[in-house]
Amino acid sequence: MDKVLIECRSLCKDYHMGGETIHALRNVSLQIHKGEYVAIMGPSGSGKSTLMNLVGALDVPSRGDLLVNGVNLAGQSSDQLANFRNHTIGFVFQQFNLLARTTALENVKLPLLYSHDKNPGDLTRRATEALERVGLADRMDHETTQLSGGQQQRVAIARALVNRPSMILADEPTGALDTKTSIEILDLFQELNDAGITLMVVTHDPEVAEVSKRNLMFRDGEIIDDLIVAQGAGS
Amino acid sequence: MDIIKTTSIALVALRLNAMRSFLTMLGIIIGIASVIVMVSVSSGSKQEIEAQIDRLGSNVLSIRPGARMMGGRHGGSGTAAPLTEKHIKSLRNKFAFIEGISGSISATVPAVYGNNNWTTSVIGIHADYISVRQWVIEEGRNFTEREVKSGGKVALVGQDIIDKLFDGASPLGARIRIKNIPFTVIGTLQAKGASNWGRSYDDVIFIPISTSRMRVSGRQARSVPDNIGNLYLTVNLDRDIGIAEEDLREFLREIRKIAPGAQDDFNVANFSEFIRARNETSATLGLLLAATAAIALVVGGIGIMNIMLVSVTERTREIGLRLAVGARRKDILNQFLVEAVTLCLIGSLVGVALGVGTGELVKRLVDIPVLLNIPIIFIAISSAALVGIFFGFYPARKASRMNPIDALRYE
Ligand SMILES: Nc1ncnc2c1ncn2[C@@H]1O[C@H](COP(=O)(O)OP(=O)(O)OP(=O)(O)O)[C@@H](O)[C@H]1O
Ligand SMILES: [Mg+2]
Repeated sequence: MDKVLIECRSLCKDYHMGGETIHALRNVSLQIHKGEYVAIMGPSGSGKSTLMNLVGALDVPSRGDLLVNGVNLAGQSSDQLANFRNHTIGFVFQQFNLLARTTALENVKLPLLYSHDKNPGDLTRRATEALERVGLADRMDHETTQLSGGQQQRVAIARALVNRPSMILADEPTGALDTKTSIEILDLFQELNDAGITLMVVTHDPEVAEVSKRNLMFRDGEIIDDLIVAQGAGS
Repeated sequence: MDIIKTTSIALVALRLNAMRSFLTMLGIIIGIASVIVMVSVSSGSKQEIEAQIDRLGSNVLSIRPGARMMGGRHGGSGTAAPLTEKHIKSLRNKFAFIEGISGSISATVPAVYGNNNWTTSVIGIHADYISVRQWVIEEGRNFTEREVKSGGKVALVGQDIIDKLFDGASPLGARIRIKNIPFTVIGTLQAKGASNWGRSYDDVIFIPISTSRMRVSGRQARSVPDNIGNLYLTVNLDRDIGIAEEDLREFLREIRKIAPGAQDDFNVANFSEFIRARNETSATLGLLLAATAAIALVVGGIGIMNIMLVSVTERTREIGLRLAVGARRKDILNQFLVEAVTLCLIGSLVGVALGVGTGELVKRLVDIPVLLNIPIIFIAISSAALVGIFFGFYPARKASRMNPIDALRYE
């Protein structure tokens, strides 16, 4: 078995709404190894996004521990967390979250601008390579608003890839796309996983479940099913 | 994250919100432009004052007979013993720093030429007067020593006299009558323009001082045979005019036999100081206006803060995204600070251009002296940058303290 990349130990997340407490995550314990392709499924409100946000260090757990490469995120400074988001994680959002009136290339460059690499190399070249990898080399200088939904999501994936992260977290990446485009994005994920990138993808789409290597099923803030699929079942 | 990267991020962000950026800058633009205009007008009038002093001569001293003490009370001014030709002689002998010296007896009397009649200021002078009071002979010649001493019936006329008496024709050699005495015009004077008292300097006729004393001015001048009225002299520029003034005063006290401790019975005045004092108020007013404009700059800064705060709120999702891809709090803080400073700097550059343009326009349209003050431009630009840092800090800190997930979810 490959080395453990993410480890959740009794992870809890509560939201307080007025007098009420919503338990979005209840004691989730989980290990994700390097190179895995995990599909996270479950009904709406079951805590999938909550888990992704914790793993991506966008939010902090109420209780429990989250370790990445054996390092507990709870003990990290805000700068260290920023560095973690920059180098270790690439986040892909359902709504793309691109900067408007900015070219694809500039969007992809964004994480590089915040990178602390001693030797970053040519930023434009690296961003171009990332765009080539998602098949958008010819659209580099287009503003994001001039791109289709699928193309915008590719730009977002290129942005997630550009800093060579160990892991890509995607929260319903195909949620805003039609079926055909969704399949293209999923093929791209497959390629990335084949290249060794760990993937965690939240989805309602059974297609994803088919191509992924592992399916996590959520309900009411708990994992109710953890299914390891036979290698390459989808291909 | 270095300054170049931060600046390029900030510039792109500003371009994304071009209209907003412009509106944000408006306060700074107006503030800087008004500072530039106010200071330019103020420096312009200061320069005008200096030019005026130059025109009158910055090294000119005037001496007038003062009040005589009569039983412990002041008589009116000019009641003291008059200044005389002897004073001139002894001053000349005593002080090598005197370059030119002349008496001046003036009277306001009508001058007649043909059918034209014009009441003007007729001043009796020594030949030195022309150079001491910075006049230039345009045509003809100055008085000779002989004419000055022997009551020559010759005259020098100003430009206004040429207009009024001669209808603009050349007066050289013409005969005018003053108090029924015929004078031959031997020279004309270059125009000096209006004094800041509103009277024209050029409305003047000069005649030899002896002639004036004996025939033109009133009885008072005649009562003392060698009265010279007021005295004007120029001091060599190598000599400090203040010290020269003091030397003259002491010497005059001596020759006028004033007891130690008693008041002077004459006044020594320095022209340039007189004019500077007169115009101090206008310079102060200019500075006051500049201060008001500086307040406008602060108000512009508050505008920047206001709109930056709105901008931070509106761009919450953008901030969330930047945090999500690895921006540190410091990076966000710097970005918004640089945005504020860049806005202020661009605003101040536009303001400088606007201010300089307006100054130029004022100069052309309103005919007010305007002088562009280069240091003030640099001061304006750097204070705009400070305004940016000062008023940009609070919004920038607000942006940098956002929580990534809350910022991303913000609607
Ligand atoms: N910021 C928040 N404040 C309060 N409650 C929240 C907040 N974010 C999520 N929740 C609640 O936490 C629970 C889990 O939400 P989460 O977004 O993780 O669900 P999800 O599985 O991603 O659902 P979906 O499939 O609709 O995206 C839900 O009940 C939700 O209402
Ligand atoms: Mg969700």
